[in-house]
Amino acid sequence: MRRLAYLLPVLLFALVAGYFLLSLDEGRDPSLVPSALIGKPMPAFTLPGLSAGAPPLESAAILGAPAVINVFASWCLPCRAEHPLLTGLARDSGVALYGILYKDDPAAGAGWLAELGDPFRAVGVDRTGRTGIDFGVYGVPETYVVDREGIIRFRQVGPLHPQVIAEKILPLLKTLKE
Amino acid sequence: MPGGMTPRAAGRIPVLAGLLALFLAFAGAAALAVEPSEMLADPALEARARAISREIRCLVCQNQSIDDSAADLARDLRLLVRERLVAGDSDQAVRDFLVARYGDFVLLDPPVRPRTWGLWFGPAAILAIAALGATLYFRRRRAAAPPAPLTPEEASRVGRLVEEERLP
Repeated sequence: MRRLAYLLPVLLFALVAGYFLLSLDEGRDPSLVPSALIGKPMPAFTLPGLSAGAPPLESAAILGAPAVINVFASWCLPCRAEHPLLTGLARDSGVALYGILYKDDPAAGAGWLAELGDPFRAVGVDRTGRTGIDFGVYGVPETYVVDREGIIRFRQVGPLHPQVIAEKILPLLKTLKE
Repeated sequence: MPGGMTPRAAGRIPVLAGLLALFLAFAGAAALAVEPSEMLADPALEARARAISREIRCLVCQNQSIDDSAADLARDLRLLVRERLVAGDSDQAVRDFLVARYGDFVLLDPPVRPRTWGLWFGPAAILAIAALGATLYFRRRRAAAPPAPLTPEEASRVGRLVEEERLP
């Protein structure tokens, strides 16, 4: 019994060291904010279209099929880097891809898409960033996967990369389509 | 060097004063991220907005409050807080509004939940365990009987040994 008491500090140390070891795990970025909206319905929004003639982008119009919503801006460099991946994702999976132009000038956004290609089914302009706040966006780019009921099922903070698309988004879209 | 200050040393004081002035100028700027144009006309509402803002984490520069941060998003959130207050929300309703979007992480003061029990009660629990251990230790030490006095044989032997040591 007495000897066991001497083992207690060792046990405590093992506990703390184990916790630290887990926290050192590669996949964990402490600056990432855990999403409050996973499993919750996406916020309702109505955003003006990119060009003068384009219809507004409404959250209600996205419902009915799984969709990917990408929050981007022409002033955002990582968005430029992830753009080919988004284009590939829309082409390969056939998923409905929507864009939210975050705190940007519509003309700048239109020019950006004209230059890089437009993979989006529709783009809404969020000039004030208010819809972004409703989504919990704290930096662009961010990407959301919503199911047919509009429930947010996945969120990527920062640019997409091939591994996330292959290991998370594509399998999720597959299950959502069934 | 005798003869007082060299020209270089004399020049150093105004430079220091200048640096100090520069520092103070920036310190003042850093302390006021809230721009005058953002402030509400109603001083009571503005005071509430400031109090709430000080407790809301800026998600871009994560160890600053939105009241301190010059980040774009922090400004948007400050405006949002003021907008909700003007619309008649209570302080708690404003906080709930932000937590619904950004989670508990947005609060600089973590709420008490099963997940944060370790954080809130852990230090007190460790202190209690230490106090218990210390109490047990000291009680046991006091309870232990004082050593028995020397028997007459032992006393004479000690005396002998001491005598032997004294001899050259």
